[in-house]
Parts: sequence; C-alpha cells; structure tokens
Amino acid sequence: MKGALGIRGVTKRYGDTVAVRDVSLDVEPGQFLTLLGPSGCGKTTLLRLVAGFEAPDAGQVSLSGRDVTALPAHKRPVNTVFQQYALFPHRTVFGNVAFGLEVRGTPRPEIARRVEATLELVRLAGLGARRVDEISGGQKQRVALARALVLEPELLLLDEPMAALDPKLRQGMQVELKNLQERVGITFVFVTHDQDEALVMADRIAVMNQGRIEQIGGPEELYERPRTRFAADFLGVANLFEARVESATDAVARVRTESGLAFDAQQDGGYRKGARVWLGLRSERISLVERSGNAFEGTIDDEIFLGDWTDWRVRVGAAVLSVGEGNVLARARRRGDRVTLSFPPDAVLRLEDGEPGA
Amino acid sequence: MRHARRHALGLLLPSLGLLLVLFYLPQLLMLAVSLGRRTAYGGVERSYSLANYLRALEPLYLAILWRSVVLAAVTTLVCLLVAYPVAYWLARRAPARYRSALLALVILPFWTSFLVRMYAWIVLLRSEGIVNLTLGALGLPPLELLYNDFAVLLGQLYGELPFMIVPLYVSLEKLDPSLLEAAADLGADARRRFASVVLPQTLPGIAAGCVLVFIPSLGCYLAPDLLGGGKTAYVGNLIQAQFAVARDMPFGAALSFVLSLVVAALLLLFRRPLAKAQAL
Repeated sequence: MKGALGIRGVTKRYGDTVAVRDVSLDVEPGQFLTLLGPSGCGKTTLLRLVAGFEAPDAGQVSLSGRDVTALPAHKRPVNTVFQQYALFPHRTVFGNVAFGLEVRGTPRPEIARRVEATLELVRLAGLGARRVDEISGGQKQRVALARALVLEPELLLLDEPMAALDPKLRQGMQVELKNLQERVGITFVFVTHDQDEALVMADRIAVMNQGRIEQIGGPEELYERPRTRFAADFLGVANLFEARVESATDAVARVRTESGLAFDAQQDGGYRKGARVWLGLRSERISLVERSGNAFEGTIDDEIFLGDWTDWRVRVGAAVLSVGEGNVLARARRRGDRVTLSFPPDAVLRLEDGEPGA
Repeated sequence: MRHARRHALGLLLPSLGLLLVLFYLPQLLMLAVSLGRRTAYGGVERSYSLANYLRALEPLYLAILWRSVVLAAVTTLVCLLVAYPVAYWLARRAPARYRSALLALVILPFWTSFLVRMYAWIVLLRSEGIVNLTLGALGLPPLELLYNDFAVLLGQLYGELPFMIVPLYVSLEKLDPSLLEAAADLGADARRRFASVVLPQTLPGIAAGCVLVFIPSLGCYLAPDLLGGGKTAYVGNLIQAQFAVARDMPFGAALSFVLSLVVAALLLLFRRPLAKAQAL
C-alpha cells in the first residue's frame, strides 16, 4: 500500500476557470504514471494538488492509504522535481541534495553518506562541491532528481523535467529515468506535453484535456486504441474524419466521410446505421504498396520529408489523407504521382467526440 | 579591443568629469585646508601640520564619533527590522496591481524637503504638539518627546527608512517563488524556509540597504540639530559647527576626513561579506 496515490473527485478552480474538474485517479505503488496533455489542460495543477502547493476546492488526495488533503506541502511524504529545477543558487550541488536531510535533522555523517550515494545513483559522483550555476542543464536536472530521491519519498512528482533539455539529451535521460525508477521502486507521477516521452517511459498514461482525464491506459493500448477524438489527435493520429454509418453488420460497418470517402470499418459494437461518428486512421496504417480492404486511387499533393520516413499528402477526391512511408520505398515517388492507397478495416478507429466540459 | 576601450571611456567621461570637478577637486581642497591653520578671523593659513588630525583624535571627539557610530548602527538595525516585513509584504503579498502605487507611497516623502519634514516632526512631538494634545485629551500625562535621543533616532529612522525598503523590495521581488516551493517540498516549514532560502537569497538587498542607511546616518546633523535640540553632539553637527559657528575650517575639514576614513574602514571590514552577498 505504501506509495499508492488516490485522487477522488478533485476539483480546482481559479476564479472562473476550472483547472481540474472532478478528477479521480489511482496509481499503484511503484508505477510510472504520466499525465499527458497540452498546456493548460490541468496536468500541472493536478500535480501541484498532489504535492500540496494548492488546496483542492473539492475532493480528496490520499497517499499510501492516508488522507493527505489537509496536509501542507512540507508535511507530505512527496517530493517534486520542478520544471526549471528550482535549485538553491546559494548552495552547492551537495548542499542542494543535503537540504531535505538537514531539515529533518539527520546526523551529519549520515547526510554525507546518503548524499554521496544518491549523487552516485544519478551519475554525479564527485560533483558535490560545484556551484549549481557551474553545471550544465542535464546535470542540474540530475541534482534536482537527487535532491528529491535522497529523501526516499513514497511518491515522486516530476513536472516536465525534460522541457529545458535539448532533444538528444532528452532521449538519453528518458531511458535513464525509466531505468532509475525501476531500480528505486518509487511511484512516479510524470507530467509532460510530449507524447513520445510519455510512450517511452510510462507504465500508464492519463491523457488530460480541459481539466479532465480523457483516457487512461498503457502506452500500447493508448497508441493502438485512442478512445476520443482529442486523445487520438494528441497521440498523433493524423487522419480524422467526421462520418455517417451507412450500414452496419456484426462484423463490419460501411461509413461515408464528410469529404465523400466510403470505406469499411471493423465493427467494435459502436457502429449503428445512420449514426454520426468520428473516425481516426494512423498514417502508417495506410499503405501505398499492399492492397488490403479499403482501396482508393489518389494523387500525391505534397510531401513532408521527415528523415527516415516521408509523410505523403494524398488527395482522394475532396479528401486529403496523410500517408506515412519509410524512405526505402518513398524514394521512388514524387509529387503529382498517381497512387493507390489502401488500409484494412481494423485500422479504422471509432472515436468519441467527447468535448469535456461542453 | 582598443576601440572598445575608447568607447568605454567615452561612456564614462560625463560622470568622470562630474566626479572630478564636484568631488575630487573639492576633496583635494579640503585636504589642503585640513593641513592648514585657522587665522584669528576664520580664514585659513597655509601650513602642513597634522595638528588638526591629532586634535580630532582627542577623547572628547572620539567619544562624539563613537556616539555617531552607535546612532548610525542602531538606525540601520531598526530600519532593517522595520523595513524587512514591509518590503516582504510589498514584494510578495500585496496585490500586484497596487504594488507600484504602494511603492510610490514609500518614496512619496522625498517630494518634500527633509528640513520641512523635520519641522513637521517638531509639530508632532513638542510638548503642546499633536501627540501630547491627544494624550491630554485622553486624560493621560504628557510625554517628553522632543529634544532628546529618542527624537533624534525617530527622525533618523523616518528619514532613512525608504533607503532600506527599496533595495530590500528589489531583492525580495526577484526571489524565485519556486525556490520556496522547493524548500517546502523538501520538508521545510515557514520559519525554516525564511532562514534557509529567503534570508540568504536577499542578502544583497540587506547589504545594499544597510550601506545606504549607515553611511548617511553617520554624518547626519539635521535630525540631531532640530529634533535633538543640539543638546547631544554627533560628528555631523560637530563638523557643521566648525564651518558655520566656530569658523575653524581646518579642524572641520580634518574631522570630515576622519569620518570618511571611518566609513572606508568599515566598508573594508565588511568587504568580504558584502562581496559574497553581491555575488549571489
């Protein structure tokens, strides 16, 4: 039970705006949960409510089975890695990491031992005497991490800790952080707006939008089966259509989009004849080579070169579809080429148009 | 490189010129005077003797100098204690949209001459002044408020307070609130956050405020003269009296230099902590 986080019906308002609305969420001990969403979706506010920097207007926060809603930040067994790190500029690397232990009145020799051990854990051994303005951004981030981890919290909160790092460093840190989390076994709640980051690190991802959790699930589940239009859009489903169900059987549904494309979608129990639906189609599920299920003739309208793959914009009648193709194949094509694109019915995602709060 | 240096010189020239004409030259003149001798009619006779300096170091004058240092130190300390909560509230608690207006209120007294404001204190404090009239109306005995050390200290505090509030405000306003959250997150309660984060982070403001208050306080003469009734001598009054009353310019000049040396010595003494504070 130690390290379990429970959020029950938590709401937070700032004046007229509702930053977090009636959110409930459970995180199991030792789990790496990511709160994913665009800026202003309430993910940072939710984190601050858990840390104790803000008090909720309604609802309850519990930690390891204990209600901590009324507890101020300094009494919660939770530590935070801040977005801009918030290192104490008047203290050395060692002094920053030692701060929490000093506050607790830990004996000096034990402080020295634990700080050294934690610096080693985040691969900063030997840098204890440095001033924090003398170290790089990546090192600062490790100091912030060490400062929080040294207290062995029941729960570690991370507020977009990678945002200030350059992309290459970020990728390395993502893997490292994930490994570190598995080693120390502490529950992590990680806030980010970067879907790739969320997919790489998280055991579970909660997609947030307008103060609510839109969908929660494992990375693969979320990637394969986004449930709402927002989640699909945010997780990089490039083709979104508004469509009408023309016919539906137990196995397959025939849909026609606003832009005039008619194709088959695998029945998931939600297609009913005559209903309006939102559909999603990942660009990498569309092939320009194979023929499977739904096939359309089209013209390449535009290309976006993305290094190891190319994002083709293919015009089919009034519709323009985004089609991803690895560059081994893509090299043979150019703008204006006639192509046949196809996708299987099970690539079609049925999405809820849940605009929360509306 | 040479070009940059010439450029820097050009930028510094106006202030260097002003300093030279209005500060260094008069200082040199004063130095020359301080080495001279007073004539019977208050003039200066050129000579090169340290007699005036030796006289300035007589116990009588050293006692006055010491009293001035104590007054300046007490003024600085009380100013710091009074100004810190005010600056803290202004910078971190007051509603943001009123902040500049409130800060303007702190500086507002500068619109009136210091002399006039000292007279205003006399009106407030004298035996049939507003404070005592109010006390009388309430049936309380009158208080001896004017022409004592209390009045001098009050006048000094009142005059110097803005010089303490403004630098403190600046450093408190710059303080990154996420540092306080980080400290709370690591288990520090409000008192610990103040001692371990706020205080060290605002040391530059504290140092600046203390220097800005201490130095002018050391040479003050208006408050002792008007509110102290000239009963207690401070080094500022002493110097002023040498020029205006005793007509002993050489001795006044020597006293001025001694005072400057005291300030320089104190700044030197606190140079290390000051530099450390500035570096933060």
